[in-house]
Amino acid sequence: MSNVHNIVVAGLGGQGVLKVTDILAEAVFRAGFDVKKSEVHGMSQRGGSVSSEVRYGEKVASPMVPAGEADVLAVLDASQVDVVKSVLKSDGVIITPEDLPLDKLQNPKALNTMMLGAISNHIEIPVETLLESLKANLPEKLHEMNVEMFNLGRNSR
Amino acid sequence: MSEKLLVNGNEAVALAAIDCHVDLGCGYPGTPSSEILDEFARLGGSAEWAPNEKCALEVGIGTALANGRTLVTMKHVGLNVAADPFFTIAYSGTPGGVVVISADDPGMASSQNEQDNRRYAVSAGVPMFEPSDSQECYDFLIEAFRLADTFRSPVLFRMTTRVCHSKCILNRHGAGLAPRKAEFIKDSKSNVMVPAFAKLAHRRLRKDLESMAELNEKGSWNKVIKGSSELGIITSGISYQHVLEAAPEASILKLGFTWPLPKKLIADFAASVKRCIVIDEGDNFLADNINAMGISVEGKDQEFRFGELNVTRVRKLIAGDNTPEPPAAPGKPPQLCVGCPHRNTFEALRDLECIVSGDIGCYTLGVMPPFNAIHSCVCMGASVTVGLGMRKMLPENEARKVVSVIGDSTFLHTGINGIVEMVYNRPATGHVVIILDNSITAMTGLQENPATGRKLDHTPAPAVSLEKIVEGIGVDNVDIIDTTAEHEKFKALLQERLSSNDTSVIIARRPCILAAVKAKSYEVKK
Repeated sequence: MSNVHNIVVAGLGGQGVLKVTDILAEAVFRAGFDVKKSEVHGMSQRGGSVSSEVRYGEKVASPMVPAGEADVLAVLDASQVDVVKSVLKSDGVIITPEDLPLDKLQNPKALNTMMLGAISNHIEIPVETLLESLKANLPEKLHEMNVEMFNLGRNSR
Repeated sequence: MSEKLLVNGNEAVALAAIDCHVDLGCGYPGTPSSEILDEFARLGGSAEWAPNEKCALEVGIGTALANGRTLVTMKHVGLNVAADPFFTIAYSGTPGGVVVISADDPGMASSQNEQDNRRYAVSAGVPMFEPSDSQECYDFLIEAFRLADTFRSPVLFRMTTRVCHSKCILNRHGAGLAPRKAEFIKDSKSNVMVPAFAKLAHRRLRKDLESMAELNEKGSWNKVIKGSSELGIITSGISYQHVLEAAPEASILKLGFTWPLPKKLIADFAASVKRCIVIDEGDNFLADNINAMGISVEGKDQEFRFGELNVTRVRKLIAGDNTPEPPAAPGKPPQLCVGCPHRNTFEALRDLECIVSGDIGCYTLGVMPPFNAIHSCVCMGASVTVGLGMRKMLPENEARKVVSVIGDSTFLHTGINGIVEMVYNRPATGHVVIILDNSITAMTGLQENPATGRKLDHTPAPAVSLEKIVEGIGVDNVDIIDTTAEHEKFKALLQERLSSNDTSVIIARRPCILAAVKAKSYEVKK
């Protein structure tokens, strides 16, 4: 499964971890890849740890990213880095809120789409496809703001 | 018609149910099964939440006796509640098909145990399918209903958390089953399980299982992947996906129809490889049953019985490495929401140093700091009866501190019987039950229940009255109070009830803060 790309997003219940991986998974699906998306949420609606994983490539088997094999680890709450860091590859990329232009974040609920913008720099999925999926997964009135946050995240490096 | 979709296992089951013309979907919410019926209803299917899994299965059986096709959904522990009808309907069967979804939760992401419900298939004599991804959820559900039509048998459809909640690509080919026509044929010999008829039915069941095992030898639901003759792996469910990645060189026998097992297929596979190992999440279900057939295969060490399997663990298992694994980094545990009405109730219970018999729901989180106010929790409905048992054993001064707390949906599920027990076999000190009525089934994702006044699809329904139920059973005192708005009054009331020898129910009523927003949107909708 060496041709499989592994993206893990972690955070706390309510931060939109599942929403952003839904957007990402649908985008890689639209881009023509095989894809699997998995999540651990349990009782996470109550503010606990949440993580979700997107794997894509020519053919994906297990829906779960094995320890030490994540190419990109995006963490929406700094407190969760220690909880999930063992999933990251030795030469993998970790993105935390510190790497994002948080001063320009219009609404804390859009941290996830800002993070998606940052993730987009590390995956070979066309930006247009990611934005199409983002729009398909959010109500229209939220499109403008979330596209703006996505672009801020994308231009943050 | 064929379309490619990115869906999780629950959504795939709902799509297959539509394509099989399922007449009724019924169940009780439980993670990880809850989304199946919501999705089935959204797609236009007829779906309803029953008060508990036993009711759901029985309604399903009745529909199927009237020649309908029914899908009954529940989490693994729900089948314990529905076990009574499940065992006997295996004998009589139904003309229309009944498929029972058991969504198991290995690793206990959101459950009180990690029981392996494949044991139920053996124990009851019910055929079983185990899908490993969304495509198989779709294809196997159609096969399950086809099998039910052929044999009149209920079918167990065993899913697990990762199958239910992982999204993958589904080819919805649409080759489902034709609709069934409503009819009831009076056939008491087949449908009335008195001993004389049940004896015949049991013999028929065992014969049918033999025929199914034979059918299973050739079915498309099992597959052999030829690889190395050194290593052969027998697997099922989600473990198959991990095996593909952990041992790409191995020969694999992947079983989809896992009860009754295809003996010859397994024996031939085992004989074709030098080492044959079973990779099975949960109990050593396949290995135990295969070894019992006289086919020698390796099972797994006890260490792997705990929690979920994954690619790393499967690699260890194949390598025979049974060393204990490093514990996972502890995440942040869930907590009662800020603004949750249960918070004020638990503060009072903590401050009054009560002994609290708890139940299953969001409010089980009352066990966490700063409340530390749940002291036992067993299963749905047990808070009332376990509290009664404590009252009967403890000396009076301790017995007076015992309080049972139970949610509105859990009360309707299996709490009512406890109130009957309380009135009938009342402890010398009486008892106090608090119904934590947040007017929704919150923990599983804000589903409706018989007391919310809305059906599964959130349209208006008659509302069952909790206070009338407990009054009708004959409880001495019934009070309704908002423990947030009237916190001191609640504390005084609780103290008064605890010091008397009465049987008391206090309904702590205030809507869940998450549900209150949703409830408004439902009103706009209608």
